[in-house]
Amino acid sequence: MGAAWLGAWPEEWAWPGEGAWLDTALSSLSVAPEGAGLSGSGRGVGRRGLRGSCSRRGCGTRGDGRLRGVNPWYQVSFGLSASHAVDANPEHPGAVPTPGPALAEGTRGGRWGLDAACGAASLRARSQRVDPAPRTAMEKMARVSTALGGNTLTGRTMFCHLDAPANAISVCRDAAQVVVAGRNIFKIYSIEEEQFVEKLNLRVGRKPSLNFSCADVVWHQMDENLLATAATNGVVVTWNLGKPSRNKQDQLFTEHKRTVNKVCFHPTEVYMLLSGSQDGYMKCFDLRKKDSVSTFSGQSESVRDVQFSIRDYFTFAATFENGNVQLWDIRRPDRYERMFTAHNGPVFCCDWHPEDRGWLATGGRDKMVKVWDMNTTRAKEIYCVQTIASVARVKWRPECKHHIATCSMMVDHNIYVWDVRRPFIPSAMFEEHKDVTTGIVWRHLHDPYFLLSGSKDSTLYQHIFKDASQPIDRANPEGLCYSLYGDLAFAAKESLISSDSNRKPYIGDRRHPIFFKRKLDPTEQFEYISSSSALSVFETDVESGSMDWFVHTAKQYALAGRPLAELCDHNAKVAKGLDRNQVAQTWTMLRIIYSSLGTVSSTNLNHSMGKGSTTLPLMNSFNLKDIPSGLGSESRLDRSKGESRTENILMDSSSTLINNEDNEETEGSDVPADYLLGDVEADEDDLYMMDHENPHAEEQEYSLPQEAFPLRHEIVDNPSALDHLQDKADSPHVSGNEAETVSLTPVESFSLISISHSLYENRLPSDFFNPIVRDTLLFYAEQGDVQTAVSVLIVLGDRIRKEIDEQTQEHWYTSYIDLLQRFQLWNISNEVIKLSTCRAINCLNQASTTLHINCSNCKRPMSNRGWICDRCRQCASMCAVCHHVVKGLFVWCQGCSHGGHLQHIMKWLETSSHCPAGCGHLCEYT
Amino acid sequence: MGSPEPSSPHGGGGSGGGNGRRCPFRAAGGRLGAAFGILQEGIESSRRQLLIEAFVSAGRVDNITMVMGLHPQYLSSFWKTQYLLLRMDGPLPYHKRHYIAIMAAARHQCTYLVGLHMGEFLQAGGNPAWLQGLHCAPQKLRNLNEINKLLAHRPWLITKEHIEALLKTGEHSWSLAELVQALVLLTHYHSLASFVFGCGINPEAGQDGGHGCRPPSPHSDSSPTAEDSTGCSGGRDAVREVEALMERMQLLRDSQREEEGVTQEEMATRFEMEKTESLLVAPSDVTEHALQSGVLCFVEDPEFGYKDFTRRGEQAPPTFRAQDYTWEDHGFSLINRLYPDVGQLLDEKFQVVYNLTYNTIAMHCGVDTSMLRRAIWNYVHCVFGIRYDDYDYGEVNQLLERSLKVYIKTVACYPEKTTKRMYAQFWRHFKHSEKVHVNLLLLEARLQAALLYALRAVTRYMT
Repeated sequence: MGAAWLGAWPEEWAWPGEGAWLDTALSSLSVAPEGAGLSGSGRGVGRRGLRGSCSRRGCGTRGDGRLRGVNPWYQVSFGLSASHAVDANPEHPGAVPTPGPALAEGTRGGRWGLDAACGAASLRARSQRVDPAPRTAMEKMARVSTALGGNTLTGRTMFCHLDAPANAISVCRDAAQVVVAGRNIFKIYSIEEEQFVEKLNLRVGRKPSLNFSCADVVWHQMDENLLATAATNGVVVTWNLGKPSRNKQDQLFTEHKRTVNKVCFHPTEVYMLLSGSQDGYMKCFDLRKKDSVSTFSGQSESVRDVQFSIRDYFTFAATFENGNVQLWDIRRPDRYERMFTAHNGPVFCCDWHPEDRGWLATGGRDKMVKVWDMNTTRAKEIYCVQTIASVARVKWRPECKHHIATCSMMVDHNIYVWDVRRPFIPSAMFEEHKDVTTGIVWRHLHDPYFLLSGSKDSTLYQHIFKDASQPIDRANPEGLCYSLYGDLAFAAKESLISSDSNRKPYIGDRRHPIFFKRKLDPTEQFEYISSSSALSVFETDVESGSMDWFVHTAKQYALAGRPLAELCDHNAKVAKGLDRNQVAQTWTMLRIIYSSLGTVSSTNLNHSMGKGSTTLPLMNSFNLKDIPSGLGSESRLDRSKGESRTENILMDSSSTLINNEDNEETEGSDVPADYLLGDVEADEDDLYMMDHENPHAEEQEYSLPQEAFPLRHEIVDNPSALDHLQDKADSPHVSGNEAETVSLTPVESFSLISISHSLYENRLPSDFFNPIVRDTLLFYAEQGDVQTAVSVLIVLGDRIRKEIDEQTQEHWYTSYIDLLQRFQLWNISNEVIKLSTCRAINCLNQASTTLHINCSNCKRPMSNRGWICDRCRQCASMCAVCHHVVKGLFVWCQGCSHGGHLQHIMKWLETSSHCPAGCGHLCEYT
Repeated sequence: MGSPEPSSPHGGGGSGGGNGRRCPFRAAGGRLGAAFGILQEGIESSRRQLLIEAFVSAGRVDNITMVMGLHPQYLSSFWKTQYLLLRMDGPLPYHKRHYIAIMAAARHQCTYLVGLHMGEFLQAGGNPAWLQGLHCAPQKLRNLNEINKLLAHRPWLITKEHIEALLKTGEHSWSLAELVQALVLLTHYHSLASFVFGCGINPEAGQDGGHGCRPPSPHSDSSPTAEDSTGCSGGRDAVREVEALMERMQLLRDSQREEEGVTQEEMATRFEMEKTESLLVAPSDVTEHALQSGVLCFVEDPEFGYKDFTRRGEQAPPTFRAQDYTWEDHGFSLINRLYPDVGQLLDEKFQVVYNLTYNTIAMHCGVDTSMLRRAIWNYVHCVFGIRYDDYDYGEVNQLLERSLKVYIKTVACYPEKTTKRMYAQFWRHFKHSEKVHVNLLLLEARLQAALLYALRAVTRYMT
């Protein structure tokens, strides 16, 4: 049973809508053992102290700028996009880690800080408190005595065997005797120091009648000779122990037609007895009369419990099988005063609070215990405890305002004592019974430490509170949970978290009742576990909910214009920078998969391309010249010049050539130039030192400098571009020299190079991995990350295109483009459209290409195809130099407002400083 | 609606009706067309809605649904439960559910249900080889045979050892959740078999051995005897019977207020008397039932049948006290824990059927029938050994005439022996729909009784 509660406790922290995608987040979460220092906090991990809420983030957030959710044993440090968090929380400058007291307190070990706030509890109690763990048998047997006015209750945990299963028990007012009733048992036991002693068997007669078959029993709290039982055959029987005869049966009320479920004496009236039956009626009896005084009809089936209010003389509560609770005035049998639905399904029991007169606790088949405040006009549910089985009985614990004992109808045999304010874990638990507990009763009205119980397992127990097991000892006192949005909630005992002064002010502010700090009540012996906890929510990334990663990724991804390996590397880096490790990993994998394959064919391609090129020498020199000297490529060229120099040059230029020829390739200009060439190069150097006999590896470096100069964007008609692309056998984007890229990344180990060469280059066909890659893309798309799917699709181009059916591709493209446009990333969306190989997508660019022109004179739209305005019969925007219509760029002087073709004006102003229109203005052209 | 052809000349059917016997369903069968007419006119719109729903979800409206449709309120509850049991998420795979249904129905040689679920079984992708017989089914299902047998005929013999044996870890062991679903399925189909025989439901046209449907007449003014040309004297007798019943009910109501002198001992003996008497009401005209070979392959130990547990005091288990293990408190709590949704639906179904009333008795309106209903319910439970402390079993004697008792006992305990004569003989002046109502009470009471025994065993196993 303990396990069930252990399971229940962390649920306190469960986020609604669990099931977040946490792939990347989880991978970067690390748990450091104690003493490892507050590594996470210094980096400004996004955090907000949030207290008193288990609901969604945002409730009651309060930035106190401190990662102090440090428990004694573990601290959680995590760097989920730390930079973002800092950006997002500029209002918390005080992010100074203060490791001192919290850690110090935490290190004391596995027990809660027990002595922290013991208050005025007695010394004896305190000694029990200090270490409940090594409870020995000796201790268990130790007698507990409590002063109760004049008399003193003493005893120990003990039990006795009954002859038959018990259905109900009740105690005498003096707490010295208990009556046990069941189908085949009806006995009175006296409670001695060490044991129960059978005092009286009320079940007399050779063949006891059904009147002895008790569903319920109650002992009068004023007259200790008076008992009442409810029989399963519908009879209410009273018993007078003062009778001299063996049969103590006093009166018999056979008014109910069905089983009587409950009987109840009035707390202050000696002769008033109330019964509730399966037939739906409640009857009030005056024991001095033969018949019932009044009958109350619940207008519904089966009354399950009736209870007189302890303070309200005339009021009683009745619970019903249909889930309703009714309040009645004993003087008005015609109609109930109030009714409300308390549970889903039968309400098995109820109990009025002994002190607080407005409170009524109910327990139902729906496994709930609810506490209702009846003072208001509408019954208000103020507490709710969820148990693990139908609740058969509830009994408020004397002298403890918030404690209530419950037992179950089925399956679960334990007795729990709950603090209703802490509904997730019982504050005490009695596990002695082997079958369901059917009756529980506190031994004395004013003693909270003795509990008696009867069970179907035919035993009667006295439980001593100090022997109760405390589920909280076994519960994990910290809760940790991710939310849907990747936020992390962490809860721990308050004292472990908030021992520094900065935090204190927030303790007072508690909007949510689940986490609270309680003033320790000296009368509550087992209050030593403070149930106050603090919840911290660490928002990994405030923007994670917004789609900033999407925008960043879209802006930074390189989709074309460079060798595949580079594109992959770059994109991996981008993804990693945004803490999307899985995506980064995917890019890296793609590079390894594809850039080591198909070497032969791509090299061939390069040769053929290179041959036909006329601009080769020019481009080549241009390239070499522009390589930053600091990169050290020269030296590498020297190193490798022996056998492959010319080829290298050829290769490089050919790749450049492709870029120029093919507009698809020119998008490199979008890529930020801050790609860290230096790092890569340095590693390459290291590699080359050891890898001289591998000349192929060096071909790589010539493609790198490409990004150093932005290539001019050419306007090419699109359909032709499409054909163009398809004509080319292999990658449209890249030269074939990416084959050896594997060896060039900093992360690759040296050994991998040789493996990849020997393994992939020769044996595996280039499309060997295609199905896997396809599945990867489908996975991403299904995850909602269509961005990755489309980006990979574009970068890999023909390598993967045929693996995925056109419709899917088109669907991805349209989704991605739609997303981009929603984020107003027009350029990127256009780029994607251009790069897409789907005809349907490509066509998007060709829709609505009309430009509407207004006449520069009359400002009316030019409806004609020509350049003469219909209305004013004039040519619009004439060039001042050549007097022709300017159809392209029009440059004009802001001083005189004359202008014309850009080139004409340029030329004109080279020779003259006056306006070509002859207006005499001294135009300036800069 | 994909309904079967109404009425066929064959009157015999599976329940062993004699040739010369006048069949009460016969006339009703002819009126089925009229029933559809009414349906289409939308007079009983709720019922119609239900049937449409049933048709849409199952692809057919079987005769059970048609007959139950006389009580739409119940039908919707029944349908929901059966739908959950067979077609919603649950621990057992779909084809096994149908196979369990076959096993259960076969215990009562209910060819109708067996045939129905053989088709469903194949549709759910079950292995056709299993249909050759129980010996071809996996061991795990065969292990269920013992408990199936007990539940069908002598549920009081189920002990926690039976549960233990099934749950014992091993290659063919059951999980608790699976077992609970299987138990519910078994009891559901045992009692459904009772209903099928009790109402004389025959296979539909499309089915093997189908003879068309002959549900009792839904017509409100008809009563079997009205058309039954048993002569006007018989008719008058029947009317007199109804009047007598009304009188007795009134008498009981009155006497309850006065009668307090009955000792508890007497109450106890009344129950025992009722139990013992139920032995005597065993159908006398039962010809030795011919076991049907087509169904027999799903049955082991076919001779095992209902046995009166009080007979000669041999192996007489203690009477089950209803108050010690009630459905509302214990059964529900357990089942809701192990097979969550079904508990709620069963609970609802029990409540619907227990409270179902139209306040009519034959030609009388505005009658409180709760007493009668309770008597039937408790009598069924009594037959299975469940005793209510707060019930005076003398009432059963007063309210249920002997022919009705014979009928109830037969349908509840050995439904395959039900004959049309039994159906015709009780409550001769009552409407068919009222007789179906009795059958519904029977079905649910039997289901609950068997479930209580089974769940009690599970509870004992768990503690």
